[in-house]
Amino acid sequence: MSSSTSGVVARLAEQLDPIRITPVDAVALEERAAALAGRSVKRQTKAALLDLAIRCMDLTTLEGADTPGKVRAMCAKAMRPDPSDPTAPPVAAVCVYPELVATAVEALGDSGVGIASVAGAFPAGLSSLDVRVRDIAWAVEQGATEIDIVLNRSAFLSGEFGRAFDEIVASKAACGTAHLKVILETGELGGYDAVRRASMLAMAAGADFVKTSTGKVGVNATLPTALCMAEAIRDFEDQTGRIVGLKVAGGIRTAKQSWQYLVVVYETLGARWLTPDLFRLGASSLLNDVLMQRRKLATGAYQRLDDFTID
Amino acid sequence: MTRPVPVPASPDLAVTGIEYAPAPESTDIVHLRDRYDLWIDGRWVAPADGGRMTTVNPATEEPLAEFAVAGAADVDAAVAAARAAFHDRWAPLAPSERAKYLYRIARILQERSREFAVLETLDGGKPIKESRDVDLPLAAAHLFHHAGWADKLEYAFPGRRPRPLGVVGQVIPWNFPLLMAAWKLAPALATGNTVVLKPAETTPLTALLLAEVFEEAGLPPGVVNIVTGAGETGAALVAHPGVDKVAFTGSTDVGKQIQRTLAGTGRRLTLELGGKAANIVFEDAAIDQAVEGIVNGIYFNQGHVCCAGSRLLVQESVAELVVAKLLRRIQTLRVGDPLDKNTDVGAINSRPQLEKIHELVAAGVAEGATMHQSACPLPERGLFFPPTVFTDVAQSHRVAREEIFGPVLSVLTFRTAEEAVTKANNTSYGLSAGIWTEKGSRILWMADRMKAGVVWANTFNRFDPVSPFGGYKESGFGREGGLHGLEPYLHLEGAW
Repeated sequence: MSSSTSGVVARLAEQLDPIRITPVDAVALEERAAALAGRSVKRQTKAALLDLAIRCMDLTTLEGADTPGKVRAMCAKAMRPDPSDPTAPPVAAVCVYPELVATAVEALGDSGVGIASVAGAFPAGLSSLDVRVRDIAWAVEQGATEIDIVLNRSAFLSGEFGRAFDEIVASKAACGTAHLKVILETGELGGYDAVRRASMLAMAAGADFVKTSTGKVGVNATLPTALCMAEAIRDFEDQTGRIVGLKVAGGIRTAKQSWQYLVVVYETLGARWLTPDLFRLGASSLLNDVLMQRRKLATGAYQRLDDFTID
Repeated sequence: MTRPVPVPASPDLAVTGIEYAPAPESTDIVHLRDRYDLWIDGRWVAPADGGRMTTVNPATEEPLAEFAVAGAADVDAAVAAARAAFHDRWAPLAPSERAKYLYRIARILQERSREFAVLETLDGGKPIKESRDVDLPLAAAHLFHHAGWADKLEYAFPGRRPRPLGVVGQVIPWNFPLLMAAWKLAPALATGNTVVLKPAETTPLTALLLAEVFEEAGLPPGVVNIVTGAGETGAALVAHPGVDKVAFTGSTDVGKQIQRTLAGTGRRLTLELGGKAANIVFEDAAIDQAVEGIVNGIYFNQGHVCCAGSRLLVQESVAELVVAKLLRRIQTLRVGDPLDKNTDVGAINSRPQLEKIHELVAAGVAEGATMHQSACPLPERGLFFPPTVFTDVAQSHRVAREEIFGPVLSVLTFRTAEEAVTKANNTSYGLSAGIWTEKGSRILWMADRMKAGVVWANTFNRFDPVSPFGGYKESGFGREGGLHGLEPYLHLEGAW
């Protein structure tokens, strides 16, 4: 880290102090999330939400066993999720490790599907900042259009907010034109107050998106957590005028979950956020359930599981 | 992001927003009769002088059913049936057997909860998600809770030989018709009394459906009698010399009349009346959740709630922020068909109530307060009123002092905790209060000083049969729920 401690303090005073971070009441937050989960969506609305869920999806594979073959297969699915139905839109992006970015670039061509990569010593992020920044820069060089990094929870949880902040600033600089998503790993933060604080910190440091989870820990995205982050995003816009996106990831497997997240985003942030530019669903197995529900709506019947490709 | 966005096959929700398709709960489950008689001594009895009224669906103003208007002779018959049942059947019964009836009634209510929820919404106008998720579960919970007390009264009041009073006359309001019936019936029956119940004239149907539940449960005839009608029926009941105790929930005006009627008679009385509760938000509160609590506090059941948080007291340092967030939030409230599962705010219960709301809102504007209303579309027919907020309100304004009993919130500010206490208590009512702060010691300090029967911290409108509910000052006296709620229905010997 090149900046001095006094530099950190000065920047904090300038960038964080004017930002108000309000507490979060867990009981009321969870009640509100449960109430929104009870919204009933039907027919055309459901069809539109399912298409939007696909358009907002970051189709993800993040395993040590990922190979170019696996990534190529996933990219084919990303571009044309339902080979039997050309009206099914492509997903927003694929999400892969940096080493597989080049494979994705080649496979996706000019399809318009984005390439997100988890860079910066994912999923813990506990490597030297220098290594992390170079990891990010390399992923961008390989062709990643979006970078997903993790918040330094070690710094955040030990109260070194300035360090966590500075690292995001440095990561953002390394992204160049690629968009930066900051994963808070909310399951490790210990409560909604910390989620709210971490959201504000990441946004103030320049995140284009705040994201719930890596998918690598026990507790991933939950509806109340997404609501908590959406409220932080709304508050950040109120205070700074800057618009930040939300990505929920980890454990989202059903179409119903996907439209519940979309309802939370809509009723908290408004219609403007119902676009892949400002909302993403990170998932590996969600897509087939959405496609199944989509075809159920169109045909009135559920199809066999084998009618949907496993890639 | 930097990529061409594919042309969506379906409407662009970023432009249109999510338009929830109507999701109406089916009414097939409810089988309404064309006309309802009085339920006296376990039988349906036509009113002696043939009087009838019609109850309407406030969401459409279409008639639902005719019901009987009980006259003095009918009230007489009901009280006589209750008296006979008290002596012959109910008081002599082993308390554990009384409990069995209550458990059975509670279980049947749970089994038929969808039917009751739909009927409650049809007759009263409240959103189905409230009747389904609040009224019905709470009504059953009150019956279960009091069933448990029936054979434990000696333990509840050790050494005081608890005995029932006799015949209880109960007059209930239209805002929570079934839930108030359960609040009133459960403690009365558990303690060994028999009851004549008078439901409100705009919402008699769920109480009448309850008669079917009593039949199904095999409740002995005369233990509960249901007499429908308007104010005159209620007046005849509370004035009846054969009634040993009166329990009333409703307006402060009527409560005062009843108190005058009973003065000097030696007959017992509990009153649960109006309110003008303060919802107090401190600068350190969880603001976004406090806003949800404010919305719940005043727009729950269209504000037809005696303990509604109708006065928002917000600390000046965050007043602008809280009001801005609140005004944004009320735009997203969905006002409309109460049977639609997506409806947040339903229909105003009756035309006179809607007129009263209009009158008080006009007074607020005339007195110089600033009115803000949700721009949400209202249905073309039926009785509806948009969620409304008044800012620039002074303590002296009518909208800050009088109970509006509608979806209308008055916003006032305070500087210190002492001032919040002074302003919150500066009302003729004292039913409830809400405190929003992250500081535990401040919650306790405030709660000690609130002249209100119920004080909620970081929540609002939360009910539980274990927790006694009732008011200070013109909000009434006596408690309902918990151990304290048993006392008004018992003779107790000696002092504590």
